[in-house]
Amino acid sequence: MPETIDQIFVIVKHWLLGYVPVEVQPLFSALLSVVPILVVFPLLFAITTLLERKGLGRIQNRYGPNRTGPYGLLQPIADAVKSLTKEDVVPNTADEVVHFLAPLLLVSAALLAYAVLPVGRNMIVANLNAGVLFFFAVGSLVELAVFMAGWSSRNKYSLLGAMRAIAQMISYEVPLVLASIVVIMAAGSLSTVAIVKAQAGYAGIWPHWFVFTPWGFAGFVLFMIAATAESNRSPFDLPEGESEIIAGYYIEYSGFKFALFFLGEYLGMFATSGMAITLFLGGWAAPFSFLTWVPSYFWFFSKLLVLIAGFIWVRGTLPRLRMDQLMNFAWRFMLPMALLNIFIAGVWHFMPAGLSRWLVCIILVAAPCILLSRGLKKEKKLQVRTYRFAE
Amino acid sequence: MFGEGLLKGMAETARNFLGSYVSKDRLTTVQFPEERVAPIEASRNFPFLVYDGKDWQQGMRCVSCLICEKECPPKCIFIEKSTDKKPDATGKPQFYPAVFNIDVSVCMSCQICVEVCPFDAIKMDVAFELSTDNRFDDLLWDKQRLAKSNEYYGKIHPTEAAAVDAQLAEGRAKLEAKSKVTTEAKAVGAAVPSAQTVSGATE
Ligand code: SF4
Ligand code: SF4
Repeated sequence: MPETIDQIFVIVKHWLLGYVPVEVQPLFSALLSVVPILVVFPLLFAITTLLERKGLGRIQNRYGPNRTGPYGLLQPIADAVKSLTKEDVVPNTADEVVHFLAPLLLVSAALLAYAVLPVGRNMIVANLNAGVLFFFAVGSLVELAVFMAGWSSRNKYSLLGAMRAIAQMISYEVPLVLASIVVIMAAGSLSTVAIVKAQAGYAGIWPHWFVFTPWGFAGFVLFMIAATAESNRSPFDLPEGESEIIAGYYIEYSGFKFALFFLGEYLGMFATSGMAITLFLGGWAAPFSFLTWVPSYFWFFSKLLVLIAGFIWVRGTLPRLRMDQLMNFAWRFMLPMALLNIFIAGVWHFMPAGLSRWLVCIILVAAPCILLSRGLKKEKKLQVRTYRFAE
Repeated sequence: MFGEGLLKGMAETARNFLGSYVSKDRLTTVQFPEERVAPIEASRNFPFLVYDGKDWQQGMRCVSCLICEKECPPKCIFIEKSTDKKPDATGKPQFYPAVFNIDVSVCMSCQICVEVCPFDAIKMDVAFELSTDNRFDDLLWDKQRLAKSNEYYGKIHPTEAAAVDAQLAEGRAKLEAKSKVTTEAKAVGAAVPSAQTVSGATE
């Protein structure tokens, strides 16, 4: 019985496929795989906007939205209606075609990434052999969309915002990819399904997730930091820095196009979180061996929600970084650590299993981390600013 | 060390998050239309015209001197002076504003009109729910809408109103004393030949 519930969506799909002629079955099958993704994740976006606003409210000792519907549950609908009914303003001098295409490209790029995410056992749109590669390749389409938006608006603020956004996204894409390499090394495959399979199995009740190894943990932390920066979330939300460049690259967007940018941003966040789950947290696998009867998709989405809660928590806590801090952090801390982590994963692989392997690897992770952060801190010469003309 | 302050901050926000569900005192939000904070005495946002007594038309202190109209920086006061005089609350004949309009949407709440009014006729209100869906009628307030009683003024700005009342009373008392003196002097002047009888009568 648990098996059936676990596979219910797969079974339903096959059952539905039985009713269509053989010639159109591939097309129909693709449709049946894609449509749920197009429904579930935007719906998750709607729920997240509400939960995020409520959570941030609580973090700041406020109630958050509680006016629309019971407990403010209808807030996403109100938001949707509002953004749909707002006037769509396009600047006179803007390049209309590119201006129109940018948000579409952003959203479709974010959605494409879901093709290789296994959201449950046997639940994946396309099991590519180079799934991880596809994911990152599609992910970098977002940069193009951002630049299209910033450039086509013919506004200096939006152009500057786009440049800033791209500088940040490219800088953090490097550690993002490097952090995931350790997993590819350990699993010996670029296929997301194979990576999840490599983490299956339990030692006692504990799962064999990659995050429970020194290099896996370091990789996970680096990946999540880079993912935050990739999805432009606080404290890395410089691209939209309202206080400095007035909403950055999407300053000239209004109404539903603006909402699309937000949708794309959140979809990107879900996708990278989903990738982090797949790479480090065992994908759809249950956290304990005695919980394997719970359906796999349930585990995937619970892990996703936990990660999103983490994102919201971080957003509620940290202030925005400065541009130089951001770049320094990416190139002088994240990048060396990610490179070192690959080396550590190699050490782990070639040392015999046992306590010594753990010790060596933990030291190899912790020592450079401390030394690097210490060193970077010492370099920062904080001094009292003297204002020559303000006195 | 690296990350320590970060963890401290995260712990603080987590405490806020959980604490706001446990203890209500943490929540500083006032759920506005249902809950309200008591009006703050020092708050001011829009002028109104003070009247004494019961009748707003007769009791209006404004004598249409046009000073506030001239001084208002965004020029949002419109006054039309009356051609006749009518008795005010004290029974003294005065000019009165035939039209006194303020454009709420233009007023910048600077309180200059209040500062310059020599008759304490215009004061600042604390009411803040001024929104309306009719931009052309509901934002130009006329004399009647602007008129509010002195009691109301006493309620929203008690300290200030007491001072104003005391000053007005003092002024009136002085005026009365002066007029008494003048009337007496007049009486004396008129009755110089029969001063004896007058003093005899008063005794
Ligand atoms: S408060 Fe200032 S702006 Fe408003 S009516 Fe008085 S003088 Fe004019
Ligand atoms: S200054 Fe005072 S008395 Fe003069 S017109 Fe204005 S409100 Fe009336």
